[in-house]
Amino acid sequence: MSNGISFILNGEKVVSKGKSGDRLLDILRDEFNLTGTKCGCKEGECGACSVLIDGKLANSCMVALGSIVDSEVVTIEGYSRTKRFQVLSDAYAEFSAVQCGFCIPGMVLASEALLSKNPHPNESEIREGISGNLCRCTGYNAIVHAIQTASEKGAGLW
Amino acid sequence: MDSITNSIKKRDHDPKISGRAKYVDDLRFEGMLYGKILRSTIACGIIKGIHIPDLPSGYTIVDKNDVPGVNFVHVVDDDTPVFSDGTVNYVGEPILMVVGEDQKVLKQILSEIIVDYEEAEPVLDMMKSETVFYHYGYTKGNPEKAFREADKIIDETFHTGYQEHVYMEVQGMIGFYENGKSIVRGSMQCPYYVHTAVKKVMGAQTDQEVEVIQEEMGGAFGGKEDYPSILGSQVAVAAKKVGRPVKCVLEREEDIICTSKRHPATMRYRAAIKDNRVAAIQADVVYNCGAYTTLSPVVLQRGLIGATGVYTFDNIRVEGKGVKTNTTPNGAFRGFGGPQTFFAIEMFMNHLAKEVGSDPLPFKRSYLSKQGDITATNGKYHFYIPMPEMLEKILKASDYEQKYESYKRQTGRYRKGIGLSMVYHGCGFTGSGERDMIKGVVKLHKNVNNTVEILTAGTDMGQGLKTTFSKIVAKRLEIPIDQIIIRNPDTDRVPNSGPTAASRSLMVVGRLLDKAALKLKECWVDEEEQEITERYVHPDFVIPWDLNTFQGDAYPDNAWSVNVVEVEVDTLTAVSKVIGAWGVYDVGTPIDMAIIQGQMQGGFLQGIGYGSIELMDVNEKGIIRNNTLSDYIIPTAMDVPHLETDVVNFPYIEGPFGGKGAGELPAVGGAPAYVSAMESALGKNLYKTPFSQEDAMKILEEIKK
Repeated sequence: MSNGISFILNGEKVVSKGKSGDRLLDILRDEFNLTGTKCGCKEGECGACSVLIDGKLANSCMVALGSIVDSEVVTIEGYSRTKRFQVLSDAYAEFSAVQCGFCIPGMVLASEALLSKNPHPNESEIREGISGNLCRCTGYNAIVHAIQTASEKGAGLW
Repeated sequence: MDSITNSIKKRDHDPKISGRAKYVDDLRFEGMLYGKILRSTIACGIIKGIHIPDLPSGYTIVDKNDVPGVNFVHVVDDDTPVFSDGTVNYVGEPILMVVGEDQKVLKQILSEIIVDYEEAEPVLDMMKSETVFYHYGYTKGNPEKAFREADKIIDETFHTGYQEHVYMEVQGMIGFYENGKSIVRGSMQCPYYVHTAVKKVMGAQTDQEVEVIQEEMGGAFGGKEDYPSILGSQVAVAAKKVGRPVKCVLEREEDIICTSKRHPATMRYRAAIKDNRVAAIQADVVYNCGAYTTLSPVVLQRGLIGATGVYTFDNIRVEGKGVKTNTTPNGAFRGFGGPQTFFAIEMFMNHLAKEVGSDPLPFKRSYLSKQGDITATNGKYHFYIPMPEMLEKILKASDYEQKYESYKRQTGRYRKGIGLSMVYHGCGFTGSGERDMIKGVVKLHKNVNNTVEILTAGTDMGQGLKTTFSKIVAKRLEIPIDQIIIRNPDTDRVPNSGPTAASRSLMVVGRLLDKAALKLKECWVDEEEQEITERYVHPDFVIPWDLNTFQGDAYPDNAWSVNVVEVEVDTLTAVSKVIGAWGVYDVGTPIDMAIIQGQMQGGFLQGIGYGSIELMDVNEKGIIRNNTLSDYIIPTAMDVPHLETDVVNFPYIEGPFGGKGAGELPAVGGAPAYVSAMESALGKNLYKTPFSQEDAMKILEEIKK
């Protein structure tokens, strides 16, 4: 019998002290102190708490800890150590796509989820790809342009 | 393009995109407890008794009896209680706070507290309110005579609804009490507003007994102008009582229920028509303030000043009331009272055009204000108004004229429509506020290593202030931007440069920084510590403003915009979609093009949301029905797939490097452009915002009859 729920967090095997029904969001923020994952609504509407679970984008406020046993979870803290992140970050910077920044960690992971599935998306595919992530600041244009640019400049990475 | 306009990487880009930036909910301190607030579940009544369960050890109740100073939060007036004084005036009004270590236990305690109320009938309809908080009016020319001599009088009423900010980061504050000093840190636009409020609430005798620190802010849009003074006061009181730091971060639903929103408005407009020209306009405006006054007087003033829009009429009568209802107090939201009246006048002008057999654009054009014209409040438009250049750009980009003409004769299930709005936003504080109330002060502190720190109370809520302020100072000093230091403000370290509001930061505070930088440059000594202080001076050209008569220059200058929205409506289902949106803006010289574009695009989309899908209402019990992000809908990346913005560059002489107010402008014109487009598609006059799918369905059913 293991003493907790284990999963891979940003490449490392971890065991959580949380209960099976706890929100992954709370576990990440409170137990593992990964505060780059933001809480905007706790009802799966805003996408600020997006993480990658086995490469797929998920709202961590809607994920029960018990459902991710042995899965691979990537948060912005882990993703920001990658080359792909650097390409996205440079592209976001080029368009000043980061305003208040609160949606941005989730938005960057949504960008990754999109590009890893579709390395050369057109504009409407990008808009659809980030449509689960609300941004109240930018009107989305800068983010869309940043993803387009990352897709061009990061050729081969995705 | 001016070199300052060239974009640079935003100074807060790296910490924010990597998730390293700490927002208030990310902060933890030694011994920190949490606070959760018990809120009224009724809209109007008296509290007869509060039954509190036995509290576990380490849990504390904080209420009005714990307030060391006055139990009122200073905003403009002082009527907002910190905690209920025994009456409740809206659903969501704070009664008490439970403080302790475990948030789940706090929620459990809240659910077990029973409040006995003696309920009274709430006033929910602003038109039935008998409590008038504020009443203003002004006259230009002789409107009475013009109405007497009119060929006909057109009389219409317009309605605008709530708008919720939906900053992605909910409101949150942490209070501390250490060695007789109250410290408050959190998400806020205006540290010195919080400072003033907390000082009164804590009964502090000196400014040094209160310190307010801004943390990274996840959006605000006006929503964190007044409310942080309330939450900041509450956590300050709690921290003093328990002697430990107390953090209170709202839940999203709680945030929607109890924090300020854009004032709903009912606006009756009358026009005296003589020889097919508008001889006079009369506007009677009512703004729903909610239960307490908060920022309503200033919001209402701005709405009334803009009541006749971008047009010059010889005869005007404007009257406005801000009334009390038993609903959440409304406050600042990007545009600050302007979007309501600008919506009304833009729609009214569309309708008047049809009355005299014209189309909206040529009709509106013939009344456009020009440099030298007398404003509605008998001030003067001192500067060139670049509407002709802006119109030329937008008409070309959107193909408005050709489309408007062709959409007049449509048949078939899918119909297109196109609408245009022209608006302004007065830059800076209304009237003489900058001179008489704010009296902004900034400092530049040069260190021995030749770095220069910018010291202002300005907060970066995403609008890019850290970057634009740094650019202004670096450019004036001719030093690399890396040599400039700018941090989140702490009232112990920064002078009071005024609130981050009213589209004033870049134009007013940025100008002070520019002047300070010039002085520092003149006396610069390498490797020596130096400090420059710069104080606000009112521009000479301004015609003094009199609030009692509403006469004079309401603003030193305005920022202008033209907006076009194109829609397609499915006449079978009433589903409509935006197929294009174009905005052209006059914000002086852009201090950073990518930042300005981001401001314009984000604000424009908020404005289109206000006009279309952002619906909020209150049920018969006074409860907000749309209190989650599932029920209150804001635009996603798919809602306006084609949105184009552009600027014209006419430098403002009193602004830093020619820049002027920009932040609020783009949120003003979106709703009237959208609803005008719906008018064009449906072929019917429309009178309200948001104009929802259900509203379109009603119109389509009327047409079928």
